[in-house]
Amino acid sequence: MRPILMKGHERPLTFLKYNRDGDLLFSCAKDHTPTVWFADNGERLGTYRGHNGAVWTCDVSRDSTRLITGSADQTVKLWNVQKGTQLYTFNFGSPARSVEFAIGDKLAVITTDPFMELTSAIHVKRIAGDPTEQTEESVLVIKGPQGRINRAVWGPLNRTIISAGEDAVIRIWDSETGKLLKESDKESGHKKTITSLTKAADGSHFLSGSLDKSAKLWDTRTLTLIKTYGTERPVNAVAMSPLLDHVVLGGGQDASAVTTTDHRAGKFEAKFYDKILQEEIGGVKGHFGPINALAFNPDGKSFSSGGEDGYVRLHHFDPDYFNIKI
Amino acid sequence: MYGVVHFTTGSLNMPIDKSDPNPNQSKASKFRWGELEEDDNLDFLLPPKEVIGTDENGIKKVIEYKFNDEGNKVKITTTTRVRKLAKARLNRRAVERRNWEKFGDAVHEDVGSHLTMVSTEEIILERPRAPGMKAEEIKVPGDSLAQLSKGGAVLMVCRTCGKKGDHWTSKCPYKDLAAPVETFVDKPVASEASVAASGSGKGAYVPPSMRAGAERTAGSDMRRRNDENSVRVTNLSEDTREPDLLELFRPFGAVTRVYVAMDQKTGTSRGFGFVNFVNREDAQRAINKLNGYGYDNLILRVEWATPRAN
Repeated sequence: MRPILMKGHERPLTFLKYNRDGDLLFSCAKDHTPTVWFADNGERLGTYRGHNGAVWTCDVSRDSTRLITGSADQTVKLWNVQKGTQLYTFNFGSPARSVEFAIGDKLAVITTDPFMELTSAIHVKRIAGDPTEQTEESVLVIKGPQGRINRAVWGPLNRTIISAGEDAVIRIWDSETGKLLKESDKESGHKKTITSLTKAADGSHFLSGSLDKSAKLWDTRTLTLIKTYGTERPVNAVAMSPLLDHVVLGGGQDASAVTTTDHRAGKFEAKFYDKILQEEIGGVKGHFGPINALAFNPDGKSFSSGGEDGYVRLHHFDPDYFNIKI
Repeated sequence: MYGVVHFTTGSLNMPIDKSDPNPNQSKASKFRWGELEEDDNLDFLLPPKEVIGTDENGIKKVIEYKFNDEGNKVKITTTTRVRKLAKARLNRRAVERRNWEKFGDAVHEDVGSHLTMVSTEEIILERPRAPGMKAEEIKVPGDSLAQLSKGGAVLMVCRTCGKKGDHWTSKCPYKDLAAPVETFVDKPVASEASVAASGSGKGAYVPPSMRAGAERTAGSDMRRRNDENSVRVTNLSEDTREPDLLELFRPFGAVTRVYVAMDQKTGTSRGFGFVNFVNREDAQRAINKLNGYGYDNLILRVEWATPRAN
């Protein structure tokens, strides 16, 4: 395939998100300006100016009218996707690390980092249909996990919130009461910081990636460990194909390994694994730096990866990708 | 609706009409058709943009005329190859979004922007190595053990991998890999075994140093002592080679052998190596002086090659 290279960001990429229709790709980077691209040819549509810090995360509503972004400048902003104008700003006491709209886009879950005396927390905010009616108030605030919470997502039917972070434990919380319902098992769970989390298209299982060089597949309702995928690199980003049973892991290089490995240019790869057999199918090379973000187009026919090198690489699969056999 | 990719392969800026006497003035002045004289200079008018449509190779040429910063008229030829990369079935809303206006930093962008480009390399999903390799490696240790138990047969010792009874050095399947660390420990053991084996083989030629009663003891002792004077150096930089180590350790005494472990794939050092001294005292002094020494911007670790250092 001929990947399309998009160099709109001057700093490393942090997050990538496709909209529900699969025609827009939103990219967040450390350069304060989330950008939206057309997902077919990589042409840039626009940028959202307004943040004063690295943008760690974003999510887009199902009708692709609202964008929510979380940034290190301690704010979470709501934007009009089409015009690039800010609609509302939520202020926090610490950098926001993860945001996600709930199903129905009426609520959003936001995680904030530990900062000075504040511990990390999970906030649930109500999102008003009319931006002028938007208020700052939280529906729910959950505290408890130690260390940074790198990702929090909604469970099936918005009944639960799944969080994962630096303490390597995945937790499932009740979204109405804030009670802790389940925790991942210490023995079989991750051993180091969990960097990323992605849900399956139907929400029945999700994948977590960790710096312990593995990714694990979990059942959403019972939090049982289903599969484990091992790599030689710490995993920074994970993605699941909505079309085939493939799992993609993107990672980096341990800082300690820098002097003893060879550095051929463009050798950071996104590794594809068979979801069920846990075996490596192959890798897609090309990035000049560790891969920090991965996203699959909802139609499953293309995916994009964002790296430390500031590039977004958009890949449309060749026809023989769909015929791969182990 | 099809998604297409345009990428620009070349753009020519050609200045034309350099002799334009006063271009700025003619641009700035208000233009009135009625006051035109026959021989007025109409150079400030630009020829229209030409689009030479997509031909059978997908090449499209757009020729535009502009005034550059110095006020010279330039002709810009943009050659684009239109490739159909993907077929995107877009729903009605997505089609509407395709026509949205650009905003933010993209406001002044045209299709020829250089932010987005198709990779010049063809990238494939590289499959991992065939699983057939693994099966072979598991078989080998089984064979060598079987040979050892035969007894009475000549014991084949391979210097490269240190495996006994399987193959000679020249037939080593692991020829390419660096010799594992254990060879230095194994060597005294191996030499014992080979002495015993050759003694038992009748009619096999036994070199003078190996013959019973010969000065064998001195030879093997000398070799063994050398290996006991072996110093392991770690945290070497990747372009360190044997001559570098020799140069570094020579001041401490006579060096019989230097070795640097190499990665055959990349040709760089694997970060460690061994130095054999003739005298143990020299080795000890080298360890004392060079452990922690900064060499080629890395701090060296120098220690005895075998754990027992008495």
